[in-house]
This record gives sequence, C-alpha cells and structure tokens, in this order.
Amino acid sequence: MNFVFSSRAKLVSYILMIVGAIAIIAGFFVYGENHHARWWSNMMINGFYFLGIALGALFFYALHFATETAWAVMLRRVMEAVFSFIPYASVVMIIVFIGSTFHWNHIYHWMDEATTMQYVTAASEGSAHPDYFYSLEAAEKAGADVMANPSYDELIANKTMYLNKPFFWIRTLIYLATFILFGNWFRKRSLKEDEVGGTEIHMKGYKRAAVYLVIFAVFSSTLSWDWLMSIDTHWFSTLYGWYVFSGMWVSAMNIITILTLYLISKGYLKEVNSSHLQDMGKWVFALSFLWSYLWFSQFMLIWYSNIPEEVTYFIVRINEYKVPFFGMFIVNFALPMVVLMSRDAKRNPGFLIAMGTIIFIGHYMDTFMLIVPGVMEKMAFGWLEVGFLLGFMGLFINRVFSSLAKAPLEPQKSPYLEESLHHSI
Amino acid sequence: MHKEAAIRTPLILGNKSYHDITSDVIGPIENKAPTGWYVLITIAGLISLWGIGCILYLISTGIGVWGLNKTVGWAWDITNFVWWVGIGHAGTLISAVLLLFRQKWRMAINRSAEAMTIFAVMMAAVFPGIHMGRIWLAYFVFPLPNQFGSLWVNFNSPLLWDVFAISTYFSVSLVFWYIGLIPDFATIRDRMTKPLTKKIYGMLSFGWSGKAKQWSRFEEVSLVLAGLATPLVFSVHSIVSMDFATSVIPGWHTTIFPPYFVSGAVFSGFAMVLTLLLVMRKVMKLENYITRKHVEYMNIVIIVTGSIVGVAYLTELFISWYSGVEYESYAFINRFSGPYFWAYWIMMTCNVVTPQLFWFKKIRTNFILTFILSIVVNIGMWFERFVIIVTSLHRDYVPSSWSMFHPTWVDIGVFIGTIGIFFFLFLLFARFFPVLALNELKSILRVSGEENKKENH
Repeated sequence: MNFVFSSRAKLVSYILMIVGAIAIIAGFFVYGENHHARWWSNMMINGFYFLGIALGALFFYALHFATETAWAVMLRRVMEAVFSFIPYASVVMIIVFIGSTFHWNHIYHWMDEATTMQYVTAASEGSAHPDYFYSLEAAEKAGADVMANPSYDELIANKTMYLNKPFFWIRTLIYLATFILFGNWFRKRSLKEDEVGGTEIHMKGYKRAAVYLVIFAVFSSTLSWDWLMSIDTHWFSTLYGWYVFSGMWVSAMNIITILTLYLISKGYLKEVNSSHLQDMGKWVFALSFLWSYLWFSQFMLIWYSNIPEEVTYFIVRINEYKVPFFGMFIVNFALPMVVLMSRDAKRNPGFLIAMGTIIFIGHYMDTFMLIVPGVMEKMAFGWLEVGFLLGFMGLFINRVFSSLAKAPLEPQKSPYLEESLHHSI
Repeated sequence: MHKEAAIRTPLILGNKSYHDITSDVIGPIENKAPTGWYVLITIAGLISLWGIGCILYLISTGIGVWGLNKTVGWAWDITNFVWWVGIGHAGTLISAVLLLFRQKWRMAINRSAEAMTIFAVMMAAVFPGIHMGRIWLAYFVFPLPNQFGSLWVNFNSPLLWDVFAISTYFSVSLVFWYIGLIPDFATIRDRMTKPLTKKIYGMLSFGWSGKAKQWSRFEEVSLVLAGLATPLVFSVHSIVSMDFATSVIPGWHTTIFPPYFVSGAVFSGFAMVLTLLLVMRKVMKLENYITRKHVEYMNIVIIVTGSIVGVAYLTELFISWYSGVEYESYAFINRFSGPYFWAYWIMMTCNVVTPQLFWFKKIRTNFILTFILSIVVNIGMWFERFVIIVTSLHRDYVPSSWSMFHPTWVDIGVFIGTIGIFFFLFLLFARFFPVLALNELKSILRVSGEENKKENH
C-alpha cells in the first residue's frame, strides 16, 4: 500500500515551517548580540539533532542488513524515509560552517586566527584587521615590527594541524558526501528489489552495509570531535564520539517508532504487529540505557578525577545550566527505564508515543547541552528555541512524509519478508 | 508459527532426529573416556599443582617474591586478573545478550561458553585475593559490622566496587548456567542405568519432569536472568576499567575506558571460546552442531569487537596529542617507542591487525586459521593489559624513580598455574556435563535443521 501525504498533514507541516520561519527571521534581528551567537547555536542544534536522527536511521538500516535481522524488514521504508533527510540537514550544517568560516558566527573559537598566531604588528594590534604572524622569522621576512599577540592561545595553536579551516572542510564534505552516497545507494537498491526480487540485491546490501558500518564507526567519532567537541576547544574526552553516537542512535530509533505508530494509526503498515512494536520499544529502552551508561561513564570519570582542564567542561554546565543538565539525564535515563521496562508498555502505542515525545525533547536538550554552553555563557531558552525546533520539525515531517509517499510502504520482495511478516515473540 | 527465511544457513547439519541429539551429546558421558582425555587432564592437573604450589609459596613468603617494585606496584598480577575477567565475558554475553537478540546459533555454544566464564572468573578472583598478601584477612573486602574491628571499607574506591561487581556477576552467571543445565541433567538421569550415577544426576536435576508448566517457568526465568545479566556484562568490565580510569595517572585516566574495556573483554572471551570449541567439536564429534557457520559468526563478533578496540586505541592516541597535555602525550609516545615498545606493537598486531584477516570469508571459515588467530587474540589481549598497566606506571613523574618490571619465576608460575587449573576444570566439565544445551537445540531442529529446511522449502 502506498502512503498518501494527506493535505491535512501537509498543512500541519507548512504551519510548523511558517512558525519556524517567523521565529528564525525575527530571532535574527532580536538576538543580534555577540555575532548572533544564540541564533547560530539554534541553527546548529537543530541541524545536528535532525542530522543525527537521520544518521542513526541509516546506521540501523545498515546494521539490520549486516546482522540479517528479519523483523525490521517491515520497517525498511520508514527508515529510508528518515535517512532521506540527511541531505537537508547537511545543508543546514554547511550553512553554519560557512557562517563560522567567514566569522559571521563565533561558534568555533579556533577559527579565529587571533588565537593561533603568536605575533601581531604593534601598529595593527587592537584594530579591526590586525596583521598576524605565526613566527618571528615570518615577521622579520615581512619586515614588520611585531609584538606578542595578546589573544594568542597556545593550546589552540598546538591543535592547528588538525583544527584548521581547509582540513575541517575537507573532512566535513567527505562525511556528508559519504552519508548521502550510501543513503542513496541503499534506497535505490531497495526500490529495485521490489521489482526484480531474488537474493542478489540483498547479498550486495549485506556487504555494502558492513562497509558502511566500518566507515560510520570512524566518522561518527571524528565528526563529533570536529563539529561538537571543538566548540569547547580546550576540552577533550576520548569517550565523546561514542557518547554522541549513542545519542543519535536512540533518537533515531525513537523517531522510527513514533513514525511507525503514526502510520499504523492512519491505517497503514497493517502487517506490523505487536511483536514488531515490542522490538522497537526494546531498542528505545536498551539504547536509553546505552546512552545513559556512556553519559555516566564520561561524567563520573571526569568528576571523580577532578583534573582542572577536564572538569571545567562540567563546571560550566553545572553552574550555569544545572536544570537542563541534570534534568535531561533524568528524563533520558530514568523515565524510559521505569516506563518501558514491562512487556505490555512496549506493546502499547499510547505509552510508546508519550515516552517517545519525552525522549524526543530529552535528546533535543542533550544536543542543546552539547553546543550552547560552549558558545554562550548564560543559559537562554525562549520563543526562539521553540520556534526553531518547530520549524525544523515541520521541514522534517514534510520531507520524510513525501519520501514515504514515493514507494510502497512495505518492501515487496526481500528474502526476509516472510519471516518479518510472521514475526512473533 | 515461527517462520525462518530460506536463505538462512541451517544450524544443525545432517539428518538428525531428536533422539540423535540426545545420544550425540550424552554419548561421551555414558561411554568410557578416551585415553586422550586422561592424558590431557593429567597434564592440566600437574600444571595446576605447580600453580597451587607457587601460590602457597607466595602466601607463606610474601608479595616480595613477585617482581613488583616501588614504581611498578601492579604488573602481572593485575594483568592476569583483568585478562581472566575479560575472558569471563563471553559466556554471559552469549547466553544473555544473544538470547535477548534471539540469535539461535548461541544454543550450540552457550553451555561451554558459560562454563568457561565461570572458571575464568574463578581464576580472576585468585589474583586480587593473593595480592592482598595476608589472604586470611580477605573478608575485610566486605563491608562488615564493627564487631569485626573498626575497619570500614572505602566506598569511594573502585576496588571495592569491583568486589561487588564481580561477585554479583559470578553469582548470576552461575545461576544462569545451572538453570540451563537442569533439563539436560534430567535427560541424562533418564538414560543412566547405574543406580549411583542415576541418583547423582537425579539430584542435580532437581526432580525436573519436563511438564509444560516447568518449561514455561524455565523460559520465564531465563528471560529474567538474561535481562539481569546483560547490564552485568557491561558493569563488570566497566568497573574493572574504573580501577584505572578514576586515577589521575596518564595512560589510565581516560573516559573511553569503560566501553572500550567491555568490548575488549568480549573480544578476548570469544577468542577463548573459539580456542576451546574448535578442539572440542573435533574430539567429541560435534561437527554437526558447532558448524562452520557458527565459527563464522563468532569470527564476525571477533572482527567487530576487535575493530571497536582498534578505534579506541587510535582515539586514545589521537586525543593524547589533541589534548595538549604534556604527560598524556608522553605516556603514549613512551608506549609505542619507549622500552616497552615491543609489548605495544604485539598488542597492536594481535588485536587490531590480524583479526582484520577475518574479513576474508576463506579465512573466517577455515578452522585451523581460526584456531591460530584465536590464540593470537588471547596473547594480544594479555599484552593489552600489560601495556596499560606496566607502561603507564614504569615511568613515574620523577625520572629518578623510573624502573622496569622483571617477572620472577613465581609471577610466571602463578599465571601458568591458573591456566592449568582452568583447563583442568574445563576438562572435568567436558567429561561429566552435557556440553551442548541439548534440550534447547531440540527446539530449533524443526526450523533450523538441515533436512527440515530442505523439506520446508
């Protein structure tokens, strides 16, 4: 059966987008201080949150191929629709990075060359465009009369081999291109399989999925260092990449569950039974644990050792952002644990939707906490944040639903289709 | 009715009936043991005795007989402890996590993997025990009421968390393993003719009669235990890693340790399962149950966990540079280029490079190569712990206290001794216990047996 993107759903998505657009435009003029720091952080929070959801869906898609998981075959089209959002979220990320590169925003402290250049000409120091030199030799060569640059930051300067604009852009473009290419590849083969059947496409997908998992295992870590960890340029944590990855994954499973339940409530996906639902619920439940485990491991080890250069990260968060910092941990850990523990809750659409909404907000707050404290000194949350989120939700719904409408909602000829149809636990 | 896709590989080869499964698994218990078994258990027994001798010598003389010095205060002892605990991860992962993931291939390997887990955890427990020096005061690791003396354990110490984590893990693993054994013991009881053995297996089976109600409870309790055991699989090695990571020692204090240790533990555990099962399937003629596909699946787990460990090594290396912390960078430069560079490169080669050979289907489905590589992984994972522990300690902040660690014969003797005891126990298990979960295997014969699969399609 094909999904029809009803005019009502379309209207809702447009209204959300319009509300978002108004907030985004108004916010740009209202919150102009510090190079529109608040506005740009919101752009990044939403861009990354929805990119993470799409990437998590693509990861699970590859995982279900590589592990020969049959039950999830019924949800393939839903996952495909979610990861069809990768290109749109990528554009948002690129806009943020262009803004950083041209100093329209100061999300990345290290992109300011004032921090990495050791010398500055005495005459230009303090002016709008100072002349910097990275070494005395270079200054002598240019015949400039230089002094020590007061904004020089040795820790940041030492990282320039990795954190510099060209290399950052190369990495960013490689990540995004890889994700888009793999996403398109899987989608194309999945539609092709509907026509030709057989096992050949399936086996190719199995191999391609394994390759993607390897690539994503590396990229999920490096992209979190590049895009997120480098916001707090001085700070570092080896666990960071895995922690961010677990957040993406749980958010993705949550959205896939909600989307599936929506489709069922509209009379689609009739073959998805309560066992499928229970398995989805299990993933949300288990991944909430995984995320909490990684959150706790990172927090506890840094808190316990109390080494100044590491612990500052959490001091800022606890002093200035106490409520969202601990609040989101409780929401993302304790609530799913208590609510989704029982078998019946995982089979109950009402519970799953209610929990899903809370987790959706919880992990939005997690993404908020990854970005905002590194950009702004004080907590700020108001109509701008809500407007941004609503606008992006509208865009996400619009794009995902129109992708859903393009192909039959159930894969037609996967070798595991029968097994998935008869799924019973 | 459960449906299995045609493209799934059968898990039980040949044209087996339910009766065949029973005879194939219980046969070795009923028949006389082959000479090879007596030879092996004698060798293992002698090594065990040697190990026990070394331990007694250690306890009666003192920790000084080890090669520890004031800079390297932890070396082989803790290396061996972490190595054994790590090996002890595969069993519960296979029986609990793979149960939750409904991986049916686990049924051919879970029983022996769980037995191995229990023996490995026992061997692990030896090391902190004897490391105390005065083992007769070992009960002080528990929070005891003050009547025992006004000594209260330090709840802030990860070493204490270890006591709780490992003892909980051990108890749950043991219960899990034993509950799985109950129906199988009952099957043995029903086949035994000698009154004494019948009596013994009857007692072991707790009067199991195979009623539907009992099976229903059996499945329920398995699921509950799996749910409890899964977080334990994570917690044990996370807490072991916190023994190091909560400190401020460069090379030890790093946030990736908990998940990376868990992955490494599963990695080494699966390697040990492979080492044991590849021999066992041949000797006990279980080739139809522990098939090439089973070995391939386990090798895939080895690639995945080995690669996770590899990513973690590289992450640590990168961040040690990225952090700009002088001590942190030095710790890692010293690891790969200092006096213990050979240990680092053995670790890298055995854990990260060679497991990648399993990407080739020819290699991961080859029994002999798998056997060799599984031992390589076991060696690599021992060196991983050695590298973490000794290279982080041996160069103190003050160069005047820099030193090296040289193991004494007691260090080596105790380690080899625990390997002997481990194999001694495993050989006993293989002789008197049903090495496959035969009643569970019967439940998949209809859908995953080779002949049945052919008929169904």
